[in-house]
Amino acid sequence: MNQSNLRDRKISRKIRYLKDKVASVGIAVGGISVIVAILLIFFYLLYEVQPLFASAEVSEPTAYQLTNVSESPPLHLAIEEQSELAVRLNSSGVVVFFKLADGSEVSRFEIELPSEAAVTSFALDSEESGVFALGLDSGQVVIARYAYEISFSGASNARSINPRIEYPFGKDPYEFKDIGSIAVLGLRTNRDSLVIAASDGAEKFGLLRATKETNLFSAFETGGDEEFEIEQAYATSSLADLEQIYIDGDQLWAYFVTKGGYARLIELKGAFESNEPVFSVESQLTEAGVNPTDIEFLLGGVSLLVADDSGQIAQWFLIQRNEEVKLEKIRQFNSSYVALREITSEQRRKNFITLDLEGNVGIYNTTSHSASFEGRLASPEAHSLAVSPRGDSLLIESTGGNFQRLDIKNDHPEVSWSALWSRVWYEGYSEPEYIWQSSAATNEFEPKYSLSPLAFGTLKAAVYAMLMAAPLAVCGAIFTGYFMAAPMRRQVKPLIELMQALPTVVLGFLAGLWLAPFIEKNLLGVFSIFFILPVCILGASFVWTVLPGRIRHSLPDGWEAGLLIPVILIFSYLSFELSSPIENMFFDGDLRFWITNELGISYDQRNAMVVGIAMGFAVIPTIFSIAEDAIFTVPRHLTYGSLALGATPWQSLYRVVLPTASPGIFSALMIGMGRAVGETMIVLMATGNTPIMDASIFEGMRTLAANIAVEIPESEVDSTHYRILFLAALVLFLFTFAVNTIAEVVRQQLRGKYSTI
Amino acid sequence: MRKNYDKWISSGTPFVWLNAGAVAISILMVAGVLGVLVVKGMANFWPADVLHADYQPPAENGQIIVSKILGESVDSEAVLGSQIISSGIPVSDAQDFYTRQLIKRGNRDVSGADFAWVLSDFIYEASYPQKVVTIERREWGNFYGFLMNLFEDDISLIGSGEATSPQADLWYEFTNRIERAVRIQDDIDKIEKEGIDEVNYDLERLRLLERKFEIDNELDSVKIRSLADERARLDRVYSGLQEELSDLYLEVGRDRAVFLTADGVEKSIQLSDVVRAYRANSLNIFEKLLIYFSKISEFLTDDPREANTEGGIFPAIFGTVMMVLLMSVFVTPFGVVAAVYLREYAKQGTVTNIIRVAVNNLAGVPSIVYGVFGLGFFIYIVGGGIDQFFYSEALPAPTFGTPGLLWASLTLALLTVPVVIVSTEEGLARIPRSVREGSLALGATKFETLWRVVLPMASPAMMTGLILAVARAAGEVAPLMLVGVVKLAPSLPVDGNYPYLHLDQQFMHLGFHIYDVGFQSPNIEAARPLVFATALLLVIVIAVLNVTAVSIRNRLREKFKSLDV
Repeated sequence: MNQSNLRDRKISRKIRYLKDKVASVGIAVGGISVIVAILLIFFYLLYEVQPLFASAEVSEPTAYQLTNVSESPPLHLAIEEQSELAVRLNSSGVVVFFKLADGSEVSRFEIELPSEAAVTSFALDSEESGVFALGLDSGQVVIARYAYEISFSGASNARSINPRIEYPFGKDPYEFKDIGSIAVLGLRTNRDSLVIAASDGAEKFGLLRATKETNLFSAFETGGDEEFEIEQAYATSSLADLEQIYIDGDQLWAYFVTKGGYARLIELKGAFESNEPVFSVESQLTEAGVNPTDIEFLLGGVSLLVADDSGQIAQWFLIQRNEEVKLEKIRQFNSSYVALREITSEQRRKNFITLDLEGNVGIYNTTSHSASFEGRLASPEAHSLAVSPRGDSLLIESTGGNFQRLDIKNDHPEVSWSALWSRVWYEGYSEPEYIWQSSAATNEFEPKYSLSPLAFGTLKAAVYAMLMAAPLAVCGAIFTGYFMAAPMRRQVKPLIELMQALPTVVLGFLAGLWLAPFIEKNLLGVFSIFFILPVCILGASFVWTVLPGRIRHSLPDGWEAGLLIPVILIFSYLSFELSSPIENMFFDGDLRFWITNELGISYDQRNAMVVGIAMGFAVIPTIFSIAEDAIFTVPRHLTYGSLALGATPWQSLYRVVLPTASPGIFSALMIGMGRAVGETMIVLMATGNTPIMDASIFEGMRTLAANIAVEIPESEVDSTHYRILFLAALVLFLFTFAVNTIAEVVRQQLRGKYSTI
Repeated sequence: MRKNYDKWISSGTPFVWLNAGAVAISILMVAGVLGVLVVKGMANFWPADVLHADYQPPAENGQIIVSKILGESVDSEAVLGSQIISSGIPVSDAQDFYTRQLIKRGNRDVSGADFAWVLSDFIYEASYPQKVVTIERREWGNFYGFLMNLFEDDISLIGSGEATSPQADLWYEFTNRIERAVRIQDDIDKIEKEGIDEVNYDLERLRLLERKFEIDNELDSVKIRSLADERARLDRVYSGLQEELSDLYLEVGRDRAVFLTADGVEKSIQLSDVVRAYRANSLNIFEKLLIYFSKISEFLTDDPREANTEGGIFPAIFGTVMMVLLMSVFVTPFGVVAAVYLREYAKQGTVTNIIRVAVNNLAGVPSIVYGVFGLGFFIYIVGGGIDQFFYSEALPAPTFGTPGLLWASLTLALLTVPVVIVSTEEGLARIPRSVREGSLALGATKFETLWRVVLPMASPAMMTGLILAVARAAGEVAPLMLVGVVKLAPSLPVDGNYPYLHLDQQFMHLGFHIYDVGFQSPNIEAARPLVFATALLLVIVIAVLNVTAVSIRNRLREKFKSLDV
């Protein structure tokens, strides 16, 4: 009995001991997990952001030979959307479709040419459309397109792609009457019109525009030939050494480029209207002694990419500056010192790929002005290359029908450190700028991911908020922590803490829907309040000192704040009431309109002032409570000593308390700043959210945080846009991390200091 | 005077007063914000008098255009004469300012816009007729007009014997019939919301079950038959409900009333469209109070109508509460354990200092960053993983791989954990050493001391922390926009369908409701009062939570002060 009792107790003690051990391990894990949580957030954000800065990966090549194709380089080589098929067009008008994976031939077509005509020139509309034109020695042009039909069949829904050749603008050739044999050709099509420019390479050239007749009933017609309205214009000019003609994506300009790289432009709209094409803009595309080897349009048909025999690629586009149109060199890429052979542009991004005489391949992006890949992938015999529409595979052809296929992983070429933070010269702009514009309706859009305007907006909002909050909160903390009577302090502190609990969405809503219209209407009143209130407070203070002692002594020290409340109320009311006659006298009745009309300053209703006031309101309690703690906990014997030596209360505050508490106040301001930088809802609701870089108090801004809130729900997972928003979050995280760590370290030191005093 | 001035300056009094001014301004700002919210938020529900008047503004080339005003005056402001002239009304420029009033004239389906600004100077013959009826409708907003006739199954009640003295009895009959229509409408709502919803839910579950069998290759003839039987049964239930519904619809569509608008247009209104009708001008203060409170209770307990601009906000309240409760379940253990570790177990030194810095950093990280983290990590990685393993039959439609209640709660738990840690730690620090030592001296292990002695004493502090965390979470919106709130949730996250609590569902939230209705709504004038009311409610809830937390904390401090001595 006793024995078993003892054993029971032994077991129970063991269990208790075990429980104790388990608990301490569990609790330690729980405690450490706080660090784990913050590390997890940091590393997860980093993990999402990191691929942005990774360069492209290119797989080992798969080589195969295509028999039964002509020896000479093809006119065009392309890959189909699914990267399953590739197509090769040779100079006799034969199109061969083959499997991209192993080179086995799928089908072969011959472009239907008029009898006895031979192909003398070739022009590609764009890689995206797959439309091309063949110029013939008979002065005729045939236009065709690669087309693919996708069908699903069988139980497993296997996909099969059937290629064919289509004639989107009719099978009949377009004829240039005055030109004998077409030596140089340019083409640009869109859904319902095409422009062809053709020349005999010596002195004659012709322009042709065909527009689909828009018929009200065409929607109901099926089959049948479509009608085209055809306009032509001809001219003669010295066209020696003409190499190629290019027409831009909007069919506005035709570029005539000579062998030496000299470009002359014709404005097409005027040319067709007057029937007299004239060259209006001229420019030398390469440096002296350097000849272009290949020229291509970048996606969208705005920028011309000029590759030359010194191994450089330059991006050119037309800009309009002071009513004058100029072809300007935007940026240059140095690939190597070896002459380039081929250049091709991607179909979804502003990427292009080059091949040089030694077989080196480079993948570049114009927006980020950087190379995602440069390296030797092919033999010096390589002469043609094609990239898939999704930019994930590359096909290189060398002499003898030898092909190499490579897989590319290049997800975020448009991002580089400089593209994110410095000025970038975007297509269609007249100079480099900071722009955030993440999405647009068309595929050809150049995404503009400059974080600078957002970072600027964030700091602008935070600075205006701090301008409002710092004086109020710190002064308030000084009075509350040092001068205020204890009973009043017990009321005031919870009230300010309640202010901290006000949801920011409510503040943002009030700022956007109530304060912003109010300020717009009472602009002068709001401005004058900033000057009138300090003056009236000083006035009240002076009046109070000259009052007879009987009245003065009826109120004990430390209640001044209470006394000031009615004073402030009255003077605020007065400043609003009096502002309207003043506005009538000096500002045509309304300051807000006067600012816009007379000073020419644009005024947003939801501007930096509204944000400053609303966010200042949100930040005041944060700064206040930390600073007040720092001041209140300064040991009392320090001030007693100072007072006993004859200093006034203000002197002992200024010389003794504030120096001691200043690290605490500093850390309060830091934490307040951190809060202002990361605040989302107030800026989201109280500004217009336009990403501009303008420090004006009357204009809005877009902050990093608000930008994330607005855009991340719509961004595609793992896209560049998505990752850049994660980068914005990481920037916010790191900024607040730094600020808070500094503040916390300062505070811990302060605590140590107090314990020694 | 001069002496006074010198004394004044040298004593430093001006600086002291400036500091005092800062406090006073801060106090006034808080009071001002609360005041604006209370005034604007409470006024919304008051059944305002309906103004009836002629409006005759000056027009180009001296034409006289008279229009009738019938509506509630909701706002007024002073406008510059020149601005009015530039907007096309040729008022005399001798007068600098004109007062203009915003009239809520309703009748959106008759006249297009339901709000109009009118210049007070050109309002003539203003009156408040007793007979004007204000009708709150399920669609198209308010209606103002005069009751002319009532029809039951297209037979007029005037002169048919049921209503002898036209006006008085017609109104009486009208209100009675509205009550009936509202009752039937409630039944309809109940069937649509509970019955039909349940059947649809069960059907969807059957579909998923079938798909699951298909994926696992377990679909045999027995299962196919049982699935078909079940489906047939549900279809029968469904058609039964449909029949019931069509009967009720017939019933509720029985009556209609004809009104005359201010412009003399006759407008027929189905009584089934009416939520509430009253003659504001003929009500006394008590009747008005009655309507006032009934509107408040509608606001708190009803579903929203008209793209959230009317009706109640019950789903938003419910969603907020659910999210906050679930968050508490996550945040309390985690926060308390961390605080206990910091205060009771860890050796004070570098590690605890790092943890404290980490806690402060967690508190300082912008909330939107938590939202981004929640979206990427919880939803796409964790949620996507759960979908792959457990809900593959529903793919590609995500179950947990999409924003929802669970992820929102987890994200906010992470966001609020520093609050709980700090508060609990403070509570633990206030418990005197002697209490712990007493327990240990009696032979208790450290854990037993913690569990039986320390934690119970610290429970009010944990409570404080939890309440503060809840208050913070209830007001937080930015991260929720990424991880789970929607502007209109089709159903509540808790209902009668298994498994009753739907953690994967999206929900509505008071804070987001304010943002969405206030800033994304097409008819901002109509929505504004409701947003003020919602904001007021949110502020009241959060203020009450905070005051409770603070008072618990204060009581706790008092209690331990006596122990210290």
